[in-house]
Amino acid sequence: MQSFPCPFCGPRPETEFRHDGEAGKLRPALSCTDTEWSLYLRARTAARGPSREIWTHLPCMETFVLQRDTLSHRVGEVAP
Amino acid sequence: MARRYSALALVREGITGHKGWVRAWEAPEPRRRYDVLVIGGGGHGLATAYYLARTHGITNVAVIERGWLGGGNTGRNTTAIRSNYFYPESAALYDLGLRLYEGLSRELNYNLMVSQRGNLQLAHSLHDVDMGARLVNAMQINGIDARWLGPEEVHSLVPILNRGPAARYRVHGGIFQPRGATARHDAVAWGYARAASRLGVHILQGCAVQDILIEGGRCVGVRTPLGEIRAERVGMAVAGASPALAAMAGFRLPISSYTLQACVSEPVKPVLNTTLISPPLGTYVSQSGKGEIVIGGALDRMPSYAQRGNLPVLSQVLSGLLEMFPDFRQLRLMRQWGGTVDVTPDSSPILGPSPLPGLFLNCGWGTGGFKAIPAGGTLLAHLLAHGSHHPISRPFDLDRFTTGRLIDEGAAAGIAH
Repeated sequence: MQSFPCPFCGPRPETEFRHDGEAGKLRPALSCTDTEWSLYLRARTAARGPSREIWTHLPCMETFVLQRDTLSHRVGEVAP
Repeated sequence: MARRYSALALVREGITGHKGWVRAWEAPEPRRRYDVLVIGGGGHGLATAYYLARTHGITNVAVIERGWLGGGNTGRNTTAIRSNYFYPESAALYDLGLRLYEGLSRELNYNLMVSQRGNLQLAHSLHDVDMGARLVNAMQINGIDARWLGPEEVHSLVPILNRGPAARYRVHGGIFQPRGATARHDAVAWGYARAASRLGVHILQGCAVQDILIEGGRCVGVRTPLGEIRAERVGMAVAGASPALAAMAGFRLPISSYTLQACVSEPVKPVLNTTLISPPLGTYVSQSGKGEIVIGGALDRMPSYAQRGNLPVLSQVLSGLLEMFPDFRQLRLMRQWGGTVDVTPDSSPILGPSPLPGLFLNCGWGTGGFKAIPAGGTLLAHLLAHGSHHPISRPFDLDRFTTGRLIDEGAAAGIAH
């Protein structure tokens, strides 16, 4: 069992957390094309290695950005 | 020279000291230019090369593989072959795979050990029964063999299933596909590789793609440690590595890469003669020809390329297994491993042209690529030979994520992820 850092509760077991997607996506203007909207909704960078992700700590419902390595599973900096 | 495998060849080689066997596939020097280049030497890539040569007569073909043949998900799955899906598009696709598997050992002259022992999906609640009946009806309408089994039929098919008064997850019935099968996964990669090599296809192992060559807005080949390799058309069948390859080609895919893990026990006497899945418990189990209990389950909970599983999901899968099969508590596990699977938002694969002209996609199979290897190979070969879709692959084009015409088997067939 891996420990994940919650900015509110501190280190907690990984099963208390939910992965909510990649960080840094910006919603395009509503006047965008169907292709741009589809890319925003569904396309992924799916980085191999360092990745910025959105996670939620389910017991306290704190949502935050976590630096995580998808190859080594090492977790790094956390930002609310 | 024993080029063709048969009982007679085995006897003859046995008498003469096994000196006449030839390499199953050649290891040629790469040419600088091919008609078609296939990236990925797993089942889908090798099958693509084989069907290009056999069906379309295109033999100036190379398959390039970063590691060794079948070392990715082809060699890491739990070898279940079935076509119990809901939508007609999926039924056509996966049943093409199953039908081709049925005659493949003979066609490739390679024993794939395809064993049609049936696939059983359990229902543990009345809701599961309703959804199961709906799926059986849909499968029958799609022309796929499917039967609803009541609890007594399930227990007589799988006598070691827990049914005592203390059974926590009672069985209310199950969806049974009699043609469901298992096969020897390495043999699928090796059988296609050998047959393709005989037809003149070049198989280049230990050859990673470093970059995609783009000229005039078109994919014209790849750069590798062995130099530039050019081709008229390029196909990619690289599963979990698809997002990285797409990034080299300058586009993004609706694919997330997750770990799917599996494990096997020590070999025991035959106790389980069907492939069994329990979606609510997230457990997948069958017994191999050697007697090992092969156990798979749900995806790990976070994107990963580690090719090894995390403990929480393994523990959940094994808990479900032991609740259903208390006898398995005494088994010891021999090996545990993980593969990187490419999951799409609708749990259906992506087949078709990529946003970069000249480059064609076979990806997004997620947790179910092995069963579809002959179909994926047939359809990518058609795309590479003609530059346009086969009717079966058309619905699975990348454009469905823009038009919204998804084939949502995640919801419809109850794929757990």
